[in-house]
Amino acid sequence: MSDLTKLTIAELKEGLLAKKFTSVELTKAYLENIKKANPELNAYVLVTEDKALEMAALADKNIAAGKARPLEGIPFAVKDLYCTKDIKTECCSHILDGFTPTYESTVTQNLWNDGAILLGKANMDEFAMGSTNKNSYRGNVVNPVKRAGEDTKLVPGGSSGGSAAAVAADLCAASLGSDTGGSVRQPASFTGLVGMKPTYGRCSRWGMIAYASSLDQAGHFSRSVEDSALILNSISSYDEKDSTSAQKEKEDFTAKLNNGLKGMKIGIASEYKMEGMNPDIEKIFDETVKKAESLGAEIVDISLPHTHYGAPTYYIISTAEASSNLARYDGVKYGLRECAQGDSLDDMYSKTRSAGFGPEVKRRIMLGTYVLSSGYYDAYYIKAQKVRRLFADDFNKAFSQVDAILTPTTPNTAFGIDEKLTTIEMYYNDVFTVPANLAGLPGISIPAGVDSKNTPIGMQILTPRFAETEMFRVAYALEQEIKFDRTKLNYR
Amino acid sequence: MATIKTAQNEYEIVIGLEIHAQINTKSKLFSHSNTVFGAEPNSQVSLVDSAMPGMLPILNREAIKKAAITGYAINATVNPYSIFDRKNYFYADLPQGYQISQFSDPIVTGGKVTIKDDEGNDKVINITRIHVEQDAGKSIHDQSPTHSFVDLNRSGVPLMELVTEPEIRSAGEAADFVKKYRNILRYINTCGGDMEKGQLRCDANVSLRPVGREEFGTRCEIKNLNSTKNIQLAIDYEVERQAKALDAGEEIRQQTRLFDVTTGETRVMRDKEDAHDYRYFPDPDLLPLELSEAFLQEAKDSLPELPQQKKARYLDEGLTEYDAEVIIADKDAATYFERLLGNCDTKLAVTWMTGELFGRLKKEDKTIADSPISAEKLLGLIKQIETNVISGKIAKDVLDKMLETGKEAEEIIESEGLKQITDDGAIIKIIDEVMVANDDKVQEYRSGKDKLFGFFVGQVMKATGGKANPGAVNKLLKEKLSA
Repeated sequence: MSDLTKLTIAELKEGLLAKKFTSVELTKAYLENIKKANPELNAYVLVTEDKALEMAALADKNIAAGKARPLEGIPFAVKDLYCTKDIKTECCSHILDGFTPTYESTVTQNLWNDGAILLGKANMDEFAMGSTNKNSYRGNVVNPVKRAGEDTKLVPGGSSGGSAAAVAADLCAASLGSDTGGSVRQPASFTGLVGMKPTYGRCSRWGMIAYASSLDQAGHFSRSVEDSALILNSISSYDEKDSTSAQKEKEDFTAKLNNGLKGMKIGIASEYKMEGMNPDIEKIFDETVKKAESLGAEIVDISLPHTHYGAPTYYIISTAEASSNLARYDGVKYGLRECAQGDSLDDMYSKTRSAGFGPEVKRRIMLGTYVLSSGYYDAYYIKAQKVRRLFADDFNKAFSQVDAILTPTTPNTAFGIDEKLTTIEMYYNDVFTVPANLAGLPGISIPAGVDSKNTPIGMQILTPRFAETEMFRVAYALEQEIKFDRTKLNYR
Repeated sequence: MATIKTAQNEYEIVIGLEIHAQINTKSKLFSHSNTVFGAEPNSQVSLVDSAMPGMLPILNREAIKKAAITGYAINATVNPYSIFDRKNYFYADLPQGYQISQFSDPIVTGGKVTIKDDEGNDKVINITRIHVEQDAGKSIHDQSPTHSFVDLNRSGVPLMELVTEPEIRSAGEAADFVKKYRNILRYINTCGGDMEKGQLRCDANVSLRPVGREEFGTRCEIKNLNSTKNIQLAIDYEVERQAKALDAGEEIRQQTRLFDVTTGETRVMRDKEDAHDYRYFPDPDLLPLELSEAFLQEAKDSLPELPQQKKARYLDEGLTEYDAEVIIADKDAATYFERLLGNCDTKLAVTWMTGELFGRLKKEDKTIADSPISAEKLLGLIKQIETNVISGKIAKDVLDKMLETGKEAEEIIESEGLKQITDDGAIIKIIDEVMVANDDKVQEYRSGKDKLFGFFVGQVMKATGGKANPGAVNKLLKEKLSA
């Protein structure tokens, strides 16, 4: 039975429909794994066992009645920033202590409408700020993958570290994360998974706790490209409750999985070979390019000249928006309130926010407040917006020549939890992933190989806005060619 | 009074106004909550209004349409492209920690409103802009010695803020501006205009400069003036205060001030140094507001007749400037008048509405909107005068009774037997009786004491209880007395 938990969604669907096992059995198997592994990994901050079993029983009924929906009976972990009705949602922040929404986010509602099952809420960097999952009020997450011959605890990446670890450690079939600057693709790369960020506007942001509104987008982790497409089928929708949601017809993102790469043009940008980059990643990148070529794709050299400005631009825009988005956590309405008899309103604000936010969140609020203040606004925020448009121009130009762009997902592989990185080094983690967020493009990271220590390396595929079907086509073809075997990684 | 003279100096008064008007939509600017005034605290609050995590604003197009109509009503440019910005500051009744407003690119720019200056001449005030924004909630500090409360019913209510150029030159002009603008809003039905309910709130920027100097003096902003009377009182006080300070050689500090209704003074709320840095930036939850040509045309087409257009029409109808002004100055009065106009003699309509009815309503402290006599009822009375059923004098009594009882004029005339005596025979009979009873006076009149004519008229009218047709009485009396 333990094998069940390693299957892809596509395989699980087949098994469930063929009544080889039930959703309740599957759910129990995951719950068993969680009980064993979660104390060490800390991937889940809340396990909704009763709810999961209840949902699984219903799924089994539907299957028995021949009324199975697209994700009927498939158990998911959900990042703690999705508001889930009557289930605690704290964004792994002290300031949202005990916050229990009375509403369900559109994206999670879409999943449940399709029959998926909620196993629990996944750990994350507080308010999705970070690339290590070390910034969680609920403690860091340990990457289930470890280096060959070493017991060093590695980070799972972030900010969706818990969601990544839960899939990698077989604690769920797939999971929801969110991606503001790479928060799905980077941890997918660090854990040997497929991680996908849709086009900005493809999924509703309603009910997702905001970090940076113009960059935030739902995303998800899975064990295969096909699973990734299946999940996007379910979670994407136009939502009139989100003004930035795109009015697109529903489409089947699996439609072109088997179309192959023949006749496709794939762009390679010299800017994505960075100085100081892990040479193993460069090697795997070159190999992947060759594989694409061998599959019949035409490889085209392109230029994305503003890549270097990605991280600074991202950190100005995201922190500016965050400083305003997080102003609502003030102790007045919900969550933490630190206030003594006789305190003024300002005292309450100051005490609540000092106690409620962790150091990284505070740093970004300060940074964002600074770049928006009068006298600095033009030099930082306005300039960053201009550079952001240059990014869009870079990509527009590139996509007039190619169908997709192939890049490494990250300049490094999973590093040790206790390794000291400076803030700037940490921020440069996102250098290959932030351009997609700045330009609103879809992006996917697929596992493409391992470094010298047998830790996974991810490759990223970018396509034009709303061209996810093409993106999955490229990713699937490469996945079939690469034949990455995640069972050969070293696990804790 | 465009200037203030002190013992040493004469200063020109410079005023600019910022007027917040509540756009009268059913639901809030970014949510579906109701906007009804006076509801139970926190009973009209959605997840969006209370800034629950993950909630997003959705624009109410009706509010935007009304803002566009307002723009057209003041001859402004309605911009097909505008942007919603966040104005960031912390306060307990501001749940998001920012107000969604428009800063760099407002929906309306330019425009003009015609007011009267202190001499009664028309004066055009140029408008800088109108932008749309959401209201904050209300903090309540007087319910408990240790706690404050917050009512979010107002949170998210749509407002449009009009900003004038600094072209207003006296407290009187400022008050008239508010009246004129309020009237326009009521005509086009984009704002209820009730200042007591907070539907219209005014901030006044006041500064002085020595007469003849071009550059402006340092201004002070007086916040939240909630009646035209207070606008006038607050500005008058502020002008005096600044003049005194300038005379004494003091520098005016740029301040935000509050008007204290009980003392009639303005006092400092905050100094420039303590001013907020609002860190405006485009709200990333809302796309830029793009209005199609069709949308704008529809707004333009839905514009009803405006006060100044009405006035021009009334002047064509033969009304005096004064009467026309009185009627258009209040939308309800104009609506009332429209129901009379064309259905009876225009002059009678004006006299009986603005003279007789208004006078009586004023005595009872009522407005035309709560007049117990509808336009149709007044028209009934005027008809009785027009057809000589009653005299104007009797009509005044009938109007009093109408006010008292709410009955139709015709009914009162009938039941009280007030019908005018127009029958010559009946009048002659009474004249004869009066002449017999006052034989000495008849002799005096006939010997040249013409002034006595009025006495005879009075006696005849008295004997008929005022019901005799005055024209007939005059004519017949003349004949009889000179016979």
